[in-house]
Amino acid sequence: MNNIGKNYFDIGYMDTLAQGDSWLHQLDPRAKLITTLLFIIAVVSFGKYTIWAFIPFFLYPVFLIAAGGLPGGYLFKKVLLVSPFAILLGIFNPLIDREIILHIGTIGISGGWISFLSVLIRFVLTVIGALLLVALTGFNSVCEALRKLGVPKPFVIQLMFFYRYLFVLTDEAQRMERARALRSFHSGFMKYRTFVSVIGYLLLRTLDRAERIYYAMCCRGFDGQIHRLTSLKSRSRDFSFISVWLILFIVFRIYNIPEALGAWVMGCLG
Amino acid sequence: MGYGVFGMSHHIVEASDLYYTYPDGTMGLNGISFRITHGESVALVGENGAGKSTLLLHLNGYLSAAQGTIRIGDYPVAKKNLDSVRRCVGMVFQNSDDQLFMPTVFDDVAFGPLNLGLEKQDIEQKVVQALETVNALHLKHRPPYRLSQGEKKSVAIATVLAMSPDILVMDEPTSSLDPTSRKRLIGLLKTFKHTKIIATHDLDLAMDVCERTIVLHQGKVTADGPTMELFQDENLLHQSSLEKPLRMQQCPVCAAAKKR
Amino acid sequence: MHMADALISPAVGATMWTATAGLIAYSSKKIKQAADDRKIPLMGVLGAFIFAAQMINFSIPGTGSSGHLGGGMILAILLGPYAAFLVMASVLIVQALFFGDGGLLALGCNIFNMGFLSCFIAYSLVYRKIVGDKPTQGKIVAGSLAAAIIGLQLGALGVVLETVFSGISELPFRTFLLLMQPIHLAIGIVEGMVTAAVVMFVYQARPEILNAVSSFKPIGRLDLKKVIVGFLLAAIFIGGGLSWFASSHPDGLEWAMFKTSGKAELDSPGQLHTALAAVQDKTAFMPDYGFKNTEAASISEPEVKPVWPAIDLGTSLSGLIGGGLIFLIIFLIGFGFRRREVTT
Repeated sequence: MNNIGKNYFDIGYMDTLAQGDSWLHQLDPRAKLITTLLFIIAVVSFGKYTIWAFIPFFLYPVFLIAAGGLPGGYLFKKVLLVSPFAILLGIFNPLIDREIILHIGTIGISGGWISFLSVLIRFVLTVIGALLLVALTGFNSVCEALRKLGVPKPFVIQLMFFYRYLFVLTDEAQRMERARALRSFHSGFMKYRTFVSVIGYLLLRTLDRAERIYYAMCCRGFDGQIHRLTSLKSRSRDFSFISVWLILFIVFRIYNIPEALGAWVMGCLG
Repeated sequence: MGYGVFGMSHHIVEASDLYYTYPDGTMGLNGISFRITHGESVALVGENGAGKSTLLLHLNGYLSAAQGTIRIGDYPVAKKNLDSVRRCVGMVFQNSDDQLFMPTVFDDVAFGPLNLGLEKQDIEQKVVQALETVNALHLKHRPPYRLSQGEKKSVAIATVLAMSPDILVMDEPTSSLDPTSRKRLIGLLKTFKHTKIIATHDLDLAMDVCERTIVLHQGKVTADGPTMELFQDENLLHQSSLEKPLRMQQCPVCAAAKKR
Repeated sequence: MHMADALISPAVGATMWTATAGLIAYSSKKIKQAADDRKIPLMGVLGAFIFAAQMINFSIPGTGSSGHLGGGMILAILLGPYAAFLVMASVLIVQALFFGDGGLLALGCNIFNMGFLSCFIAYSLVYRKIVGDKPTQGKIVAGSLAAAIIGLQLGALGVVLETVFSGISELPFRTFLLLMQPIHLAIGIVEGMVTAAVVMFVYQARPEILNAVSSFKPIGRLDLKKVIVGFLLAAIFIGGGLSWFASSHPDGLEWAMFKTSGKAELDSPGQLHTALAAVQDKTAFMPDYGFKNTEAASISEPEVKPVWPAIDLGTSLSGLIGGGLIFLIIFLIGFGFRRREVTT
C-alpha cells in the first residue's frame, strides 16, 4: 500500500473510533475540547527540566483510553510516528547544555539530557491529548463545538466541507498514484514531470468537483447560508468532567506528587 | 410526499428547439424538442457525448439554452423563476459524492428543507419520511463518506425527495451500483409516482422503469416513442452506439441448449 | 516545518493563538462580505485537495530525496489571501488533530508560519506585485517561484523566533537560524518550481480560472496595515501579560532559575512553594524532601552560583520511585475503568 493509502485508512480509523458509544463519546464536544486545551496548557506550563512532575498527567490519557475503549497501542504508535521533529530539535539540548546537574551514583547527567527527556515527555502528552480529542469526539463534533464557542461560521463551514471531501480526494489521489505506480517500472518516488501533471489533473478535477457540488447545493435552494438543525445541550456531567480534570490538573501542577511519594516511601524504608 | 400540490400542468416538461454550444465550441444541443406530461417515465439514451447530460443541466437552469425554450409546468426556465423551477425539479446527480456534502445523512437530507425555511418539526418529519421512502432511516446519523455506493445513491435520492419535487431527474442512477443495489433502486423507482426523466446507458433499467424513451444522437432527438418498440430497432440502437438490452438478446447459453 | 507543542512556552503559544484567532476572524469577515457563494464549497474541496496532494511525493532530481506540494501559495493564487488563509488553517488543524503534526498549542504558530506568512505576506507583497492584473506565463512562473521562496524563508524565521522565545530548546538563535534558513531556501526553490508548474498547468488548461481570481478585487485586496497593527497589539498584550504571569509564578522545579542565578528563589519566593512547604511540614510526608535545605543553602550563599543541591541521589531516586508508583496507580485506575475495545 502506498503512503496515501496508509494515511487514508488512518483518518478513517480515527473516524471509526469516534463513532464509539462510551459515556466519554457522548459528552458534549465542547467539554472535551476545553478539557483538552486545559490539559495541554497545564503540561506545557512546566519548567524545562521537569520530568517527574509530568507523570501524574499520564492519568488523563490512560483514563480516557481505558474508559473510552480506545486502542492505546495504536495511539501510542501514532505518537511515535510524529516524534522525529521533537527529537530533532530536542537533541541539541544535550550538546549545548552540558552542565552537570544531576548525579546518579558516579554518573553525572547534564541539564541538556534532562531537558531533552522533558521535551520528549511533553511531546508525548500533548500529542496524545490532541489525538484523544478526535478519537473520542469526531471531527464534525469538534467543528460543532468550535462553532458554538464562537469561531466564525465561514471558517467552520469550510472546515466541514474540507473534512467531508478529504475522504473523496484522498481516495482519488490514491487511485491516481496507484495507476501511475503500476505503469512506472522504476521504484521510488514519482518523477518531477509526472508529479506536476498528476497534481495538475487532480487540481482540475477538484475544481470541477467544487463546481458540481455548488450546483448540487443550488438545486436544493442554497442561498449562501448553510443552516443546520443540530443543537448541543450540555448537561451537568459535562461540567463535572471539566471541573474534575481542572482540579486534578491544578493539583498535579502545584504538587510534585511523585517526588513526595518517593521520598515518603524511602523514608519508610529507612 | 408533496407532489400533486400544484396543478397538473405543473408536471409538464416541454422543450422546444433547444440549441446549446459550450464555450470551447463543443456542440451540446442541436435543436431538441419534446413534451413530457404528468407522471410519465422517460428514459434518455444515447452514446457518450450525445447531449444527455447537457440536456439535464438545462432542465433546472444550470445552463441556459442559446436558442429555444424549456417550460416546466407554467414557468419558462429563466433566471427570474429559477427558485420555483428548482423546487419543482429534483435532480439526482451521477456522482453521489457531489450531492452529499454535509457532515451527516440527516444534515444532508435536511439541507433542502432548511433552505425552504420550513419549521423545525416539519423539517424533521420530512427528513424521516424521505429516508424511510428509500429505506435508509437507519443511516440517519452516519457521515456520507461511510456509506456504500448503493446507500449513497439512496440517500442522494432522499435529499431530493425531501424537497417534495414534482419531477425527478436522474443522471446515470445505476452506473456505480452492484447488481443487488441496482435491483433495489429499480424497485424503488417503480414505486415513485413522480414524472421521471432518467438519462442512462442501462437499457434494462429503461425497460423496467420507463414506458417511453427518447434517443439522442449528436445533440438531436433521433427517436422518441414506446421503449419496447425502440429497443427492437437494431439500426437505431447501433447508430447511437447502443445495444439491445441483455434480456432482449438471444441468450447464447439457452440457444446452444435448444440446438442440442 | 511544523512547530511542536513540546518546544513552545505557553506565552508564545498563546500569543500566536491570539494572533491566528484574530486573523481567522478577520478573514472570515472578509469572506462573508464578499458573499461569493461559489467559494463556500470550493474552499473546502481545495483544502481536501491540498491535504491529499501533500501525500504524493516526487523525487527531487539529483538529490535522492523527495518533496511534496506546500499548498499555501497555490491556494492563495486560486482563492485570494483571505480564503486561502482559512483553508490553510483547516489543513493544519486536521493534520494536528489526526496525525499529531505540531499539536494543539503550537497550532497558532503553525497557522501563522505556514498560512499567514505565505498567503498574506508572500502572496500579497510578492506574487501579486510580480504578476499584476494581467498574468502571463513568465510572470506567473517568476511570481510563484519568488513568493514560495520568500514565504518559506519567513516561515522558517517564524519557527526560529518562536522556538528561541520559548526557551525550551537550547539551540541559540544564530545556530538555529543558520541551520533553518538554508534548508528552507532549498525547500523553497523546489516548492516554488512545483507551485509554478502546477499553476501553469491550470493556466494552460483553463486560463479563465486564474483570470477570474486576479480580476476578483474585493477579496484579493489586503488591508495589510490593519492586520499587522492588530497582530502587534495582540502580541504585546498577550506576550507581556503572560510572561509577567509566568515570572510571578515560578516553575514547578526551579532548576532553571538556579542555573541562571542563585537569587531566583529569593527574589520571588513563590507562594505556591511556601504553601507546598507548609503542607509538607504538616503531613510530614517527606522528611528528607529538599526544599528547606535548598532555601537555606541559597540564602546563606546568594552570590555563589550554587550546585543544585536538591538534585542529589536522594531526590532523583525518590522521583524515580514515586514516578514508578504513580505510573502503576494510573494504569491500575485505567484497568479499573477499562471498557471493551470498540469493535467496528
